[in-house]
Amino acid sequence: MNHKKKTRRSSNMGLASSTFAIAIGLLFGFIILLLSNPTQALPGFAAILTGAMTHGIKGIGQVFYYATPIILTGLSVGFAFKTGLFNIGSSGQFIVGAFGAVYVGIMWTSLGGIHWIVALLAAIILGALWGFVPGLLKAVFNVNEVISAIMMNYIGMYVVNYTTKAYAPLFNNLRNESNNVAVAAQIPKMGLDKIFVGSSLNGGIIIAIVVVILMHFVLNKTTFGYELKAVGYNRDASKYAGINEKKGIILSMVISGAISGLAGGLLYLAGTGKHIEIVDVLASEGFTGISVALLGLSNPLTILAAGIFIAYLMAGGFYLQLFEFSTEIIDIIVAVIIYFSAFALMVKLLIIRMNTHKLDKQELKEEKAKNKKDIHRKGEI
Amino acid sequence: MDVIFFIFQQTMFFTIPLLIVALGGMFSERAGIVNVALEGIMTMGAFISVLFLNLTQDYLSGQGQLVLAILIAMVSGALFSLPHAYAAINMKADQVISGTALNMFAPAFAIFIARIIQGVQQVEFANTFRIVEVPFLSNIPLLGGLLFRNTYLTTFLGILILIISTIVLYKTRFGLRLRACGEHPQAADAAGINVYHMQYTGVIISGALAGLGGLVYVVPTSTNFNATVSGYGFLALAVLIFGQWKPMKILYASLFFGCLKAVSAAYSGIPLLNNMGIPSYFYKMIPYVATLIVLVFTSRNSQAPRASGVPYDQGAR
Repeated sequence: MNHKKKTRRSSNMGLASSTFAIAIGLLFGFIILLLSNPTQALPGFAAILTGAMTHGIKGIGQVFYYATPIILTGLSVGFAFKTGLFNIGSSGQFIVGAFGAVYVGIMWTSLGGIHWIVALLAAIILGALWGFVPGLLKAVFNVNEVISAIMMNYIGMYVVNYTTKAYAPLFNNLRNESNNVAVAAQIPKMGLDKIFVGSSLNGGIIIAIVVVILMHFVLNKTTFGYELKAVGYNRDASKYAGINEKKGIILSMVISGAISGLAGGLLYLAGTGKHIEIVDVLASEGFTGISVALLGLSNPLTILAAGIFIAYLMAGGFYLQLFEFSTEIIDIIVAVIIYFSAFALMVKLLIIRMNTHKLDKQELKEEKAKNKKDIHRKGEI
Repeated sequence: MDVIFFIFQQTMFFTIPLLIVALGGMFSERAGIVNVALEGIMTMGAFISVLFLNLTQDYLSGQGQLVLAILIAMVSGALFSLPHAYAAINMKADQVISGTALNMFAPAFAIFIARIIQGVQQVEFANTFRIVEVPFLSNIPLLGGLLFRNTYLTTFLGILILIISTIVLYKTRFGLRLRACGEHPQAADAAGINVYHMQYTGVIISGALAGLGGLVYVVPTSTNFNATVSGYGFLALAVLIFGQWKPMKILYASLFFGCLKAVSAAYSGIPLLNNMGIPSYFYKMIPYVATLIVLVFTSRNSQAPRASGVPYDQGAR
């Protein structure tokens, strides 16, 4: 009973501290708008807050569409954080996953109804492979996963650019990007086009939510998840407790990479005109994923909320151009929110510490009283 | 011979910014603060100083202008690193979080401000800083051709910073104290060292050098700045770890990477490589693949500064 109360209180506090960070971030954004163009600041700020809903249900659909890949890259990074690893390689895993999906989506046209499922599997496998390398190097050769993942980002980008260009059927020479995938390889709408009429939304968001719930379950309700987290908290102690910590590290990176790969697959199979562009720039979705994971405090369910929230701001940001502001203000706001969410963690800790302190005092008092009674009783005897 | 000079000059353009930024990161990490914000600080330093070059190009040019830009890059980098220091040291925040926030903030800020000031996000500047040859020194056989022709002031600055960093870190009281804070801050505190003070200094040095690195990256290879340093801050982070947090090893690591990068960028100018008919993407990939392979053999005993990334809490024992 007491324990339950305590957890509820701490989750409320997490919400309160996130709200605090979001409020400061929005305020900061408003001040920047005010400083750069006072007359347009208010309507511009309103566009950030409500722009996503301008076109009603279609706008909401767009928010979920933008949210799908970043929820998953966020989940990928957050999952790795939970197991004590910093997967900065989400960007590379994302793009090789996208390539796997596009390759299968264009080349394996004889698959029929399961075409899109096989394409997604290819994305997951390639993403997992790209996560496996840093995991293996870390577990066996003690290579810092941050630096190997950075290297894998660039290697992935160049491999994808080269292979896309080298296979004629994949490559659209005129536009310097990949071709359209087959219609059967596109993610089905799963009825969402009937609800969110006119938006680009497809079944990808449902898949993303299922994966989020799955990871929540794995992390919190299974021995496997418990062991992964234990390795994250203390590698030596978990080894001593009989956990195969090397296997844990490798599996964490494989799962994290698979989720990022899935994110790439879902975005590039959406059938919304998204193609792999042959430019030497790392995919930004992987880095947005780091922000989503941090804002979501690395918990799958809050990562889901954080991803939707950032997508909501991004969607609102497009309308900012009407007021002659550039959309980068959204990135500025999100950056400030993330910065202050780091503070909020401290604030939260302080509150918890104060509470437990109070609790400890109370317990101490009770114990003293009990001791007194005992002594009293002894005296009677 | 000309080919060798050419490769060497190209190598310097890639090596020097990596070297400077990684040395900056070293000062921060050896004081116990992980600085993943190097990318963002580079972007900010490059943006402010290139903006300065752009705004003053009607009145100033040549080395004088470059020196002023260098100072501005260092100051803006140092100032921009302060929020990270505050979060990491005063608020005991997760150092990855505040670093990521800075990385996200800098390019967005650069684009936003550039659009307000001049309508487009690219900031152009006139490159009047190339030193064709240094008098007298350029006539030294071999060395003259390698170092003193077709060069930039920033190359010498990078070497100077390496020498100063090595001396400061290993031969001064300040360096010893800094290293102590990164290994065992409680012991350092007990010995009478102000840990917070040292950590602030470490982060500010890293900010100044990363800001400078941003400018040094942009100047020799481009005539405009487009709100990105193309991941060089992250690469510098990799070089820092690859270089085992030690100045000389950081030099080797950045030379290794810079040389491969130069070959991949300029292979078409090297007759031997150009005639082999290997697709350009393989050359582009070589620096990253080679780094991975070398890491496998060198990481066994790799050891970060022990307290790096752990917020120092005076009350903890």
